[in-house]
Amino acid sequence: MPELISTDTTTITSVLVANRGEIARRVFATCRRRGLATVAVHSDADVTALHVREADAAVRLPGNAAAETYLHVDRIIEAARRAGADAVHPGYGFLSENADFAQAVQDAGLTWIGPPAEAIRLMGSKVAAKELMRAAGVPVLDRLDQDAVTEADLPLLVKASAGGGGRGMRIVRRLDDLPAAIESADAEAASAFGDGTVFCERFVEGGHHVEVQVMADRYGTVWALGERECSLQRRHQKVIEEAPSPLVERVGPGMRDRLLEAGRAAAAAVGYVGAGTVEFLATEDGSFFFLEMNTRLQVEHPVTECVTGLDLVGLQLDVAQGRALEGAEPTMTGWSVEARIYAEDPADGWTPQTGTVAVFDVPGVGAEFDRPPEHGIRLDSGVSAGSVVSTHYDAMLAKVISRAPTREAAVRELTTALRRTRMHGVRTNRDLLVATLAHPEVLAGTAHTGFYDTNDPAALSADTGLAPDLGALVAALADAAEERSRLGHLVAVSSGFRTVRDGLYRHRAYLVDGGGADGDGVNGSEYAVGYRFARDGLELERLPAGTQEVRLVDLAGDRVVLELDGVRRSFEVSRHPVPGQDEAAVAIDSPLGSVELRRLPRFVDPSARAPEGALVAPMPGAAVRIAVSVGDVVAAGQPLMWLEAMKMEHVIAAPAAGTVREILVSVGQQVEQGTTLAVVDPAAAEDGPAA
Amino acid sequence: MTILRSTLDPTSEEAVEARESMLAALDEIGEEAHKAVLGGGEKAVARHRGRGKLTARERIELLLDRDSPFLELAPLAGYGSSFTVGGSVVAGIGVVSGVECLLVANDPTVKGGASNPWSLRKSLRMHEIALQNRLPVISLVESGGADLPTQKEVFVPGGAIFRNLTRLSREGIPTIALVFGNSTAGGAYLPGMSDHVVMIEERSKVFLAGPPLVKAATGEESDDESLGGAQMHARVSGLADHYALDEQDAIRIGRRIVARLNRRKAAGPLVPAPRPPRYPAEELLDIVPPGLKAPFDPREVIARVVDDSDFDEFKPLYGTSLVTGWAQLHGFPVGILANARGVLFSEESQKAAQFIQLANRANTPLLFLHNTTGYMVGKDYEQRGIIKHGAMMINAVSNSTVPHISVLLGNSYGAGHYGMCGRAYDPRFVFAWPSARSAVMGAQQLADVAYMVSKASAESRGLPFNEEGMQALRTMITDQITAESMPMVLSGLVYDDGIIDPRDTRDVLGIALSAIHTAPVEGTSSFGVFRM
Repeated sequence: MPELISTDTTTITSVLVANRGEIARRVFATCRRRGLATVAVHSDADVTALHVREADAAVRLPGNAAAETYLHVDRIIEAARRAGADAVHPGYGFLSENADFAQAVQDAGLTWIGPPAEAIRLMGSKVAAKELMRAAGVPVLDRLDQDAVTEADLPLLVKASAGGGGRGMRIVRRLDDLPAAIESADAEAASAFGDGTVFCERFVEGGHHVEVQVMADRYGTVWALGERECSLQRRHQKVIEEAPSPLVERVGPGMRDRLLEAGRAAAAAVGYVGAGTVEFLATEDGSFFFLEMNTRLQVEHPVTECVTGLDLVGLQLDVAQGRALEGAEPTMTGWSVEARIYAEDPADGWTPQTGTVAVFDVPGVGAEFDRPPEHGIRLDSGVSAGSVVSTHYDAMLAKVISRAPTREAAVRELTTALRRTRMHGVRTNRDLLVATLAHPEVLAGTAHTGFYDTNDPAALSADTGLAPDLGALVAALADAAEERSRLGHLVAVSSGFRTVRDGLYRHRAYLVDGGGADGDGVNGSEYAVGYRFARDGLELERLPAGTQEVRLVDLAGDRVVLELDGVRRSFEVSRHPVPGQDEAAVAIDSPLGSVELRRLPRFVDPSARAPEGALVAPMPGAAVRIAVSVGDVVAAGQPLMWLEAMKMEHVIAAPAAGTVREILVSVGQQVEQGTTLAVVDPAAAEDGPAA
Repeated sequence: MTILRSTLDPTSEEAVEARESMLAALDEIGEEAHKAVLGGGEKAVARHRGRGKLTARERIELLLDRDSPFLELAPLAGYGSSFTVGGSVVAGIGVVSGVECLLVANDPTVKGGASNPWSLRKSLRMHEIALQNRLPVISLVESGGADLPTQKEVFVPGGAIFRNLTRLSREGIPTIALVFGNSTAGGAYLPGMSDHVVMIEERSKVFLAGPPLVKAATGEESDDESLGGAQMHARVSGLADHYALDEQDAIRIGRRIVARLNRRKAAGPLVPAPRPPRYPAEELLDIVPPGLKAPFDPREVIARVVDDSDFDEFKPLYGTSLVTGWAQLHGFPVGILANARGVLFSEESQKAAQFIQLANRANTPLLFLHNTTGYMVGKDYEQRGIIKHGAMMINAVSNSTVPHISVLLGNSYGAGHYGMCGRAYDPRFVFAWPSARSAVMGAQQLADVAYMVSKASAESRGLPFNEEGMQALRTMITDQITAESMPMVLSGLVYDDGIIDPRDTRDVLGIALSAIHTAPVEGTSSFGVFRM
């Protein structure tokens, strides 16, 4: 690490992180290494979160809504005052790019670990930032005059000026579609950001997302700490990131020089201080265009740390204390790839998932929140076993990062680490990450930002996990052994012993959650396993697909060893309760992959069945509006209520014409997935409102 | 600890021959058992399923705790009669909600589950087992009542079914009736006499008389539902305690009823994880010589049945034709009496009488492994008091109050069958190996006796003796007795509780011993006068 000299310094002794989850833990990790005190803030939902438990002190921000907690400027500054913090780190998201907050922190006499408020403000407006960048000589895509665009300009991208995260963004491929696209983007931007300004620019097909990590001190030194490529995105959110960029490597060193120079120029143009990222849209010919500058630490900063050996949070602290960047600009060595584990269902429109983390174990972790040894895995996680994942905040749970001398090794090591990761209790995108990393385009480093548009996530990860029928078989055998061992007597009598061969099998059924929900609050495929232990060994009603012979080698409640067509395979079995369900979930991990199944009850109490016509919440969320009341006659498809989950409103519509018999939620009420929201009586449709 | 050493060589010619013969017998028995499993045949089963109903065995399967054992009893009842093997009833001991219960299910695919004389015999035997071992009884009812063509054999003794149910109840043994279909006329008392009754929507039909009979008797117009539907019994008559929506719901409720019975066994196994025998069960097929021509060492059987093959012999040097000793089986203590060389002499009889008394003092159940041709005959033996000594053994067996289990491994002839606790001596369970043979005496012996008696009779009366005709008769008698002493015939008469695969012996006895320990094991010191 380069030497830093002290000049006009302030001293930080205690840092409050105005954030949660893994980034709060990441900042705390550096603070601890440097002997600084740590202060957490937390919402009510986060009272037992890891970042709170780890901090030296924690201050409660009452409530759960972001606006009441992690976005509440006054409360956070008050928290810093109470806990005696003398500096505030904003993390990413929440208030990290809020100029007013940056200002308020400094006005309160606290050290702001971030860029100057003015730089945040300048980069906050897309249109203004772009003009500024053009003036500084940074390549930008020309803004097109909406009224003068021609066929030659197609395809077009309509963007909200104040936008982010893909909201208010439309791709237009036919001129006729332009007015409608502008109108709808305008409306969406207005409702999302309170500013309906939109503009048009050329849409770059097959573009790559390449960004430059910059670090600047107060004295005019700007370092460009190499580039990252984050082309693998879903809904404009990054999924897999790496440093260096395979595109830049392909094009050649000239591109890197131009890119890093543009990064430095961008930062310098706004008088930037601290860590920031200049994002570009790049193409195969080596050209690139400024997208935006993120005036904060990025989620994907660990890959830069892995290839440069720097502690970016440490540098942020140094710069905030007025130290200068000294020595030569660091460069990249080796390769690093990061994958983000999200609590989401990629196969079901990336719907966010909730639950309690039952098992979370990444094998081969060489460091947490720190650079791992070469061929080691770095884990930056916000959760551990027992953590509750709610709908209140971002669905990202953890980042798994590999570091290796070559890209090939880094990708392979990350793939293996993810495949062997045991993560249960909450549905995640893990299988998709594994499948993505194994995709030829990703292996070749040629995947561009449209990867998930051309590669359906469901199809991509279809064969990644453990085959569910094999998983169900393993679960059934393990459950049988487990239940037998709990039976107080006759334990030594052969399992399922029968004196007369009656041809019957013992049955156990499991559900592989397909995500989302249907009328019963569950959706997925059912796997019934028929088995019996005969004199000659295990007999199955049906063999797992593609298997000719299954032999049972060893069996216990938590471990099953099978010989499948002559190949011995071991499976680890764990169980965890599912909130609101009588039956536990059974998780199976093996080198073949993992699968999580929900045990189906052997008997169904008819009184516990969801009534016919019951509408259940397709995902966790809050009821924001209810359009009908009990007794209303409704038509098929008529919206009954709206559920807000992860910033999106989902309509709950009548499945058939009928009468609303019951409404079981009220406006504002938070509901879990599968909760019955309302019951529509289809039979009563012709009879009019029920008495 | 005394570990038995086996000298059995499974590759020897004798062992291979024994195995082949045993496997052939097992195949034959398996075929008969398969008939019982088929019940009323494929068509009847398909028709039954077509009504959305489960078969008797499927109902039992669903009622049992998954992966728990089920000891089916008297599966071959009715073998050799004109009725379907199995007596239109499936019965046995199984674990329901953690409680060992006796399950009796009508097989409605066999003539609508009608009770024939064999159904009755089997059901009454099941009640006996339930009463002796204090096992809750779960009746899975769907029966058209008595088989009318044989009503004269069923009607009078059949009344005992209902009497038994209330006597079980009086003894504090719960009785549960799950009514899956018809349970009418006399059958209506089955739920009527049970502690707990579950009926199923639109399925259960429980009345003394159906609409035509009511019309004939009183002129009243009625229908099935108002006379005996589940709704009516659950809401109006109160005969049904629980109203189930379908079969699986009835079974679910049945399991909940058992879960709330607050049953606790009188005793459990002595060790939580009993050790298996040191020799493979598979070799139990290799021990019995075909045709029982030669005796075999029962220690070879014991070594493959008891925990850790650990057997402490009592009086090993005295009365060596009977092996006695102590062992543990699936964790339960047991005293074993096993015939070693077929014949019982005075010494063996006295040894047995003493051993049985000791078991009673130690409250230890007894296991009888039969391979006996009876008590020794002959001038010397009579003069030395073989009758007195045999009587001592029978006295001890008869008055012993610890539970007895008999397994007929081979021969079980004459008074030896009694002394070794044959069915008439009320063992808790009697099982037979396919190699078992039982009769008043051996077929050849019996034929010889008949031949000699008639020859002597002819000679004494000075009549000519038809040697040729008598030899034919001799052959005929031999064939008849041989057939009658076959285990399937005895099993068909419900003289045993089932023919078992020798390899299953340990598990069958384990389940039986566990069931037995539902009730307390109490020995006695009170016997008849021992004639010395």
